[in-house]
Amino acid sequence: MLAFTIRRLLEAAVVMLTVALLAFVLFRFVGDPINQMVGQDTSIAEREELRQRLGLNDPVLVQFGRFIWNAARYDFGISYQVKRPVTSLIAERFPATFELALTAALFAVLLGIPMGVYTGIHRDSWLSKLFLSVSLVGISLPTFLIGILLIYVFAVQLGVLPSFGRGEVVRIGGWTTGLLTASGLKALILPAITLGLFQMTLVTRLVRSQMLEVLRTDYIKFARARGLSDRAVNFGHALKNTLIPVITIIGLQLGAIIAFAIITETVFQWPGMGLMFIQAVQNADIPVMSAYLLLVAFLFVLINLIVDLLYVWIDPRVRIYGREA
Amino acid sequence: MSSEEQGLPALEVPPSTRAAPRGLPARFFDSDLWYSFRSSRLVVLAGIVTLLMVGAALLAPLIAPHDPYDLRALNLMDSDLPPAWVQGGDPRFLLGTDDQGRDILSTILYGTRSSIAISVLAVLLAIGIGVSLGLVAGYFGGIADTIIMRIADVKLTFPAILVALLINGIAQTLFRGRLGGAEFWILVLSIGLSFWVQYARTVRGMTLVEKNKEYVQAARLIGMSRTAIMFKHVLPNVLSPVLVIGTINLALAIITEATLSFLGVGLPPTEPSLGTMIQIGNKYLFSGSWWMVAFPGVTLAVLVLAVNLLGDWLRDALNPKLR
Repeated sequence: MLAFTIRRLLEAAVVMLTVALLAFVLFRFVGDPINQMVGQDTSIAEREELRQRLGLNDPVLVQFGRFIWNAARYDFGISYQVKRPVTSLIAERFPATFELALTAALFAVLLGIPMGVYTGIHRDSWLSKLFLSVSLVGISLPTFLIGILLIYVFAVQLGVLPSFGRGEVVRIGGWTTGLLTASGLKALILPAITLGLFQMTLVTRLVRSQMLEVLRTDYIKFARARGLSDRAVNFGHALKNTLIPVITIIGLQLGAIIAFAIITETVFQWPGMGLMFIQAVQNADIPVMSAYLLLVAFLFVLINLIVDLLYVWIDPRVRIYGREA
Repeated sequence: MSSEEQGLPALEVPPSTRAAPRGLPARFFDSDLWYSFRSSRLVVLAGIVTLLMVGAALLAPLIAPHDPYDLRALNLMDSDLPPAWVQGGDPRFLLGTDDQGRDILSTILYGTRSSIAISVLAVLLAIGIGVSLGLVAGYFGGIADTIIMRIADVKLTFPAILVALLINGIAQTLFRGRLGGAEFWILVLSIGLSFWVQYARTVRGMTLVEKNKEYVQAARLIGMSRTAIMFKHVLPNVLSPVLVIGTINLALAIITEATLSFLGVGLPPTEPSLGTMIQIGNKYLFSGSWWMVAFPGVTLAVLVLAVNLLGDWLRDALNPKLR
């Protein structure tokens, strides 16, 4: 277990260093940072002075070290576009994305697992077929199209839900939340469904195929032979054993949710990190881009690591295999 | 073959089945693949829809009633017209017009054309990179294998759409203001570069198995070079999963292209693409001009669904283990 943990930690560190190198190259060599910072009328001497002060004349390796050191202390420089520290921009935007991603993941799990269990147990009922056809369509429809469709139906035609923004937010310390006001909750519904729909179909299909597999095993037959109720067999025995792969996939999908939030946030003008990233791409705001890249990479690597370790912890078979390898 | 069949007089065998050398089409129509294609109505439908859409897209310059690229032909008086069968529609524009007076039907035809072209080229690029790297990693092993697979691991940490966005962002920054029509190739590059890992991993795994088989040893014995063995002997034997992943990836590539264009980092608004059409239409959703979004949206969804169904079928047909 310890050897496995150390090996995974080392691998995670290598991935982070690679991404940091990429972010540094992006930061330093794509476009001239000085040109982006100063106006047309800055003299060459002034530019050179600024260059010296920012340490852009130091050896590249020193600059890279400083970049990593700054990033480790959570300092990503100043945005070219809005001339403010990138970290304060992120701090402003992060709660919005976090609440959206969390709601979407909850929506996917709370709807996806029951639907998967139902379609797994009642294979041939018409409701199962309906669920599966809907999930095929859900996979084929691009996220942004689903968002537009929802906006058209619920905001334009019915006029019951807002189509953009977060609604009223409450400020608690450094955190803004839309979960405490009626308009904030209303504003959350459409984006969360849009973001969670694909993950929900994924969970449904996964739980279904796992249930089909587990229901065929001997211990389920034995449980039935012992005269246990359907309920006890389906939920006590079958569902429990399907959950390990489901947890893994959900964990890994959290990363995908953060990435797809870029699209959802653009459709709904949700003031989160995804929208900030898109605006940075459009404006060539390199510090914001590289900070976003590093942060998302960090989240992904962290989630991967936790999922891997959880997996070992939950399933003893993996633990033994890990020791041998 | 049973003993009764062997006992049949040769004369009763229809002449057509006896013809020894048969052409490729005949062999294709006799294959398991064609049989499994025919036996599912949904797959046949998906195939026909795909063929029709690709055909219509290729023939866009011939069959489109208007030319959306021709700025002189556009008339702002024609802008924002609903479809022909709705009150206020114009029979010249079957599916209505967009905010600049472009015919929606023609724009969809041209847009599908660029969407398909970009996606196909991107998938081909991904296959090219992925298959070569996978072959090299699997066949040579050692340090090449380690480096390639570690890069693949890092790459796999991020979803494809994010990588595509990033490459696109870098390219846009590097060529700021002087892109001049290069957006098409940047899209191909960014989508292609974000999809190669899957091929590399699959091909590597299969190459590891294939390289220890007797035919490879035989080829080595007669003194063939390693490159020749890799491409002439190993490659053909690892291609069928590549074909399956390629088809499924094609649907993903179409979605990715549309998404990038929708986000405003893909093709510029002057170049029709399904994604840019939906982006433009999205702005007019609240003014009731539903047709600007609805028709390209439906086209995109149908195209992706059809390609997905074909991909699913191909996966089941080429992989007997999954049946």
